[in-house]
Amino acid sequence: MADFFQNTLHDHFNYWVYVILMMIGLWAVIAKNNFIKKLIGLSIFQTAIILFYVSIGVKVDASIPILHHHEEPAAHAEGHDKGHKADYAVGEKDDSAPAAHDNHDSHESQESHGDHDHHADAHAVNPDLIANPLPHVLMLTAIVVGVATLGVALALSQRIYKEFGTLEESELLEQLKGGNVDG
Amino acid sequence: MENSVTSFLPVLACLASLLAVPLILIFRKEPVLREASTFLAGFAKFGFVVAMVPVILSGKVIEYTFIEGIAGISVPIKFRVDGLGMTFALVASSLWIVTSLYAIGYMRGLKEHSQTRFFSFFALSLSATLGVAFSGNLLTLYLFYELLSLSTWPLVTHHQDKEARGGGRTYLSHLLGTSVAFGIPAIIYTYVKSGGDLSFAGEAMLADSEMSYLQGVVLLLAFAFGFSKAGLMPFHSWLPGAMVAPTPVSALLHAVAVVKVGVFCVIRVITGVFGTGLLEKLGANLVLCWVAAFTVITSSLIAMSQDNLKRRLAFSTIGQLSYIVLGVALLAPYAVQGSMMHIAMHAFGKITLFFCAGAIFVATGKKYISQLDGLGKVMPWTMGAFAIGALSVTGLPPTGGLLSKIYMIRGAADAQQYALLAVYLISSVLNGVYFFPIVYRAFFKSPATGTLTTGIKEAPLACVLPLTVTAVASVLLFFFPGLLFDLTSLMLPGK
Amino acid sequence: MGDQLPAIIVLAPMFGAMFVALLGNRDHRVCFPIVFASLLISLCASIAAAQQVYTTGAIDYFMAGWEEPIGIGIHLRIDALNALLLVLISVVVVLVSFFSIRRAGEQHTEKTPQFYVLYLLLCVGLLGISITGDAFNLFVLVEVSSLTSYGLVAMGSSRRGTHAALNYLLMGTVGASFYLVGVGYLYLMTGTLNMQDIHAILQANDAVSGSTAVIIAFLFILLGIWIKMAFFPLHGWLPNAYSYCPSTSACILAPLMTKVSVYVMIRVMIGIFGVEWVFVHLGWSHLVVWLAVIAILAGSMLALAQREIKKMLCYLIVVEVGYMVGGAWLSDPDHWGLTGSLYHILADAMMTLCLFLAAGIFAKRLGAVEIKDLEGLFKKMPLTSIAFVIAALGMIGVPPTAGFYSKFYLIRGAIEGAHWEYVAALLISSLVNAVLFFRIFEIAFFGNKPAEGHGHDDHHEDESETQQGQVGDSTLLGREPAWSALFPLLTSAAIIILLGLFNGPIVELIRESLENLPSIVATQAD
Repeated sequence: MADFFQNTLHDHFNYWVYVILMMIGLWAVIAKNNFIKKLIGLSIFQTAIILFYVSIGVKVDASIPILHHHEEPAAHAEGHDKGHKADYAVGEKDDSAPAAHDNHDSHESQESHGDHDHHADAHAVNPDLIANPLPHVLMLTAIVVGVATLGVALALSQRIYKEFGTLEESELLEQLKGGNVDG
Repeated sequence: MENSVTSFLPVLACLASLLAVPLILIFRKEPVLREASTFLAGFAKFGFVVAMVPVILSGKVIEYTFIEGIAGISVPIKFRVDGLGMTFALVASSLWIVTSLYAIGYMRGLKEHSQTRFFSFFALSLSATLGVAFSGNLLTLYLFYELLSLSTWPLVTHHQDKEARGGGRTYLSHLLGTSVAFGIPAIIYTYVKSGGDLSFAGEAMLADSEMSYLQGVVLLLAFAFGFSKAGLMPFHSWLPGAMVAPTPVSALLHAVAVVKVGVFCVIRVITGVFGTGLLEKLGANLVLCWVAAFTVITSSLIAMSQDNLKRRLAFSTIGQLSYIVLGVALLAPYAVQGSMMHIAMHAFGKITLFFCAGAIFVATGKKYISQLDGLGKVMPWTMGAFAIGALSVTGLPPTGGLLSKIYMIRGAADAQQYALLAVYLISSVLNGVYFFPIVYRAFFKSPATGTLTTGIKEAPLACVLPLTVTAVASVLLFFFPGLLFDLTSLMLPGK
Repeated sequence: MGDQLPAIIVLAPMFGAMFVALLGNRDHRVCFPIVFASLLISLCASIAAAQQVYTTGAIDYFMAGWEEPIGIGIHLRIDALNALLLVLISVVVVLVSFFSIRRAGEQHTEKTPQFYVLYLLLCVGLLGISITGDAFNLFVLVEVSSLTSYGLVAMGSSRRGTHAALNYLLMGTVGASFYLVGVGYLYLMTGTLNMQDIHAILQANDAVSGSTAVIIAFLFILLGIWIKMAFFPLHGWLPNAYSYCPSTSACILAPLMTKVSVYVMIRVMIGIFGVEWVFVHLGWSHLVVWLAVIAILAGSMLALAQREIKKMLCYLIVVEVGYMVGGAWLSDPDHWGLTGSLYHILADAMMTLCLFLAAGIFAKRLGAVEIKDLEGLFKKMPLTSIAFVIAALGMIGVPPTAGFYSKFYLIRGAIEGAHWEYVAALLISSLVNAVLFFRIFEIAFFGNKPAEGHGHDDHHEDESETQQGQVGDSTLLGREPAWSALFPLLTSAAIIILLGLFNGPIVELIRESLENLPSIVATQAD
């Protein structure tokens, strides 16, 4: 039981949160009658995904990904190498597998390293020290997309309210059923 | 073994009637020019077909490829003219000319509406018919087969009334439905099974393939029912339904072009897809034989009970079509050749009968056999031709129908299928039973008082002339079957 | 210039959209020329690119030279798989732009520039989806196309349209989010977003490709795409959205959106996970084909129940999506199912385009919304009818239309993969299509009251009485539509036949792309 808490719940805490949020959001989208509530659900749903992505990029004790060429942040490095026990999914380097939880992890990241080694050499950065910026960048884009979607959705809701005088889907369907469709 | 010639002639023969369509549309306000263009196309078409006869008789085949196929991927669209295709094309194109004349007399005589549409689609369906006759592979065959179904729909439903609508529905649902439900999978299955070969040239497609008895039977029946224009029961009811069409349509399309396309396809399937060797090995042909035999007998019995003249003729056609299917399914060389000849013999006989039915309708407005008493005296030409047509379809001398029937019966004897031989004989008797009372009524019964008004005389010349021509042709085919015999001989293996 | 083709394909409509937004408000008349010019540039560029692909091989293009698959460098890739699709999309959008001429002028007089901005951005999205080589960019572009299509759906004056658009938005966003989650898992496992890199890692590393996380990723992606393509039973948003939106919007959305989604599915299956993995490792083939069979049958039944023309066509889209999904999953050894699906994307896009254009013309010229309003159609507009009949025959699958050949290849794949249930479903749906369309033909030919047409030849005049439609101008009725509507309609009908007649070369190209799967998915040398 303790193992379960430690390994499954605690270690993957934010993934659990993301799944729960996602389900809440999806439930709201499907089950709620009011369009605004549906949209709130949709936002929760999208935010959950953002949480998921950000979780992928988290690395304990890593610094921001700004590269100072030929300037190893040495002080940081030593303490980190020993103390590092990947609590969260940790990107080995910015573009290789962050699959820290898998047993075959070492083997695989070796492979990935092989693929792109020259890149790491060129900058000579220890990837453990740098947070993976990519998921954050992706989420910036996703947030923009989400905001745009929400904007369109709210505009549509506003129009629905103007045309039907209601935002409840059941009332709206009733009106549509009652004929007089395109007033 | 067979040498082929590339020529544009089959395309021209096929296109001749298609090119008539724009002409017909252009001259829609001027009936004379409109009909003239139909005739022009008819003679041109016949000319092109006849021009190919010597080549075919010399043992060659004519080929023309529209769109090349890519091996293993696509099937070419291709024409290939051989003896069987030639026979059918000759019958269809010659009868189109006669029918055009008849159609003019009929349509004008009845002041039918939308004659432009009628002649346009008529021409179109003739193109499709020749396309089927000249198809070089199964896919091209299917293409024109469907085109024929679709282009004849407006003809069947020409009257645009409730009855026509119902007839049209039965017509399309049977023809299109069976071809999609059985035809397409059968073709594609053949394609897969034969390793991408759908061509009629050379050996039969499935000749070398491994096949179980069950597979053979299912595939053969899928083809036979898929090409339901052949009228095998239980997918026959489109034909009586199609009798709502104007009589020229019934005459040319539903006694000759459309239905013969059906049996033509079945012959192609048996000779070109399976090959007689494979079927004989499997024994699958007997199943088809019995389906056909059942259809022959049943339809003859139904025909006897029909009072509507055209419906009786329709059921008679169903029976005669199954003669042909039965003959080719027997696989004996004589039976196969007899079947091919019967395409032509029956065509001339049956079209005469339909022409007569139409002429009677134009002249008297009568549709039912019970009303025909004493008509022979007022319409001697028409009823005389009817008698000849009846002789031919029953298979009595001196008409062509006798020859093909003898061949088929001899084939049945060769195949040692005496039960099926009996089917031929019994149904010939039944044919006589449902035809000759009509002749008897017309010539020897005196009309019931009041039913025959004095105003009745022969139908217009444009109606009577064609039926006389086809009746004479039926007789001539008895005395001069040489060409037909030569063409169909070409199709027999080993000759 | 030649090197920049992939960028030009996507950027031309994007800049076009900007220009329309800048200039369009001043003078509506500048909109169409800009739209047309930019789409024409796209069309030429896609044709040139396709030619290049089929002569010299795939084109890889890295936006602004960010070659390395680090982060989100924008990688565009045109290979044998998507070259034809790009040409198709650009042809369709050019054709529909003609159709939009009159419509935009009449229905959205004040909104003309807005309409065209959305239209062009939709093109950007669709072309981008087809051309991108990056799993995340795909998400962004899917959302670009979806957002614009929500706008296009809601643009009409119909109240139902607004409601349908919002439902579409909710479903669409959920679908896209599912896709995004799937991509997240993939990224977690492989550390890259570039499709080719993901594929290479999955190929090279059995431990990764065998893990549950990758299967979950695939499941999420598949679900997301299925929602986007309206795969039954996730189709709920489609019928209302496409039937209550303005005709021009329907004409652009109906042929392309679902088809592009099908392409995405095939791309994901082939280009990211690999055919081997999908068919052999997962072994869901039977399950998905059965789902497709259900989709085909249910869609056909729903289509039969419809009285409105556009609604019926919408359910036919659902059916066709079932064809394509089923075909792609047939998993026959020679990939004839995939071939058929890819070919059907082209064929179905053209048929749907033609049908929706015709439906748009019916709605406008005859005020015909329901099937029964089509009385006497054949006499009123013979040319439109011919095109409509051709497209309908294509849907039924009558040779030599493209629809027949796609069925031919699909059934071939099903026979070789021994999926007889799929063969049966395909044939049943063909029959249902036949019933559907001949019901329309009957009404168009006979009228609702039988025997109405009896009488003299060539009588047009008495039939042009005003219909109860919204368009009141009776002089417009009873005649063929303007050339701007007729041209795209007849062109699409012609393409349906040409695509069928010349299916050989096209399928050969598709086959090439499937036979050289390694070249599609190979990592570029770096």
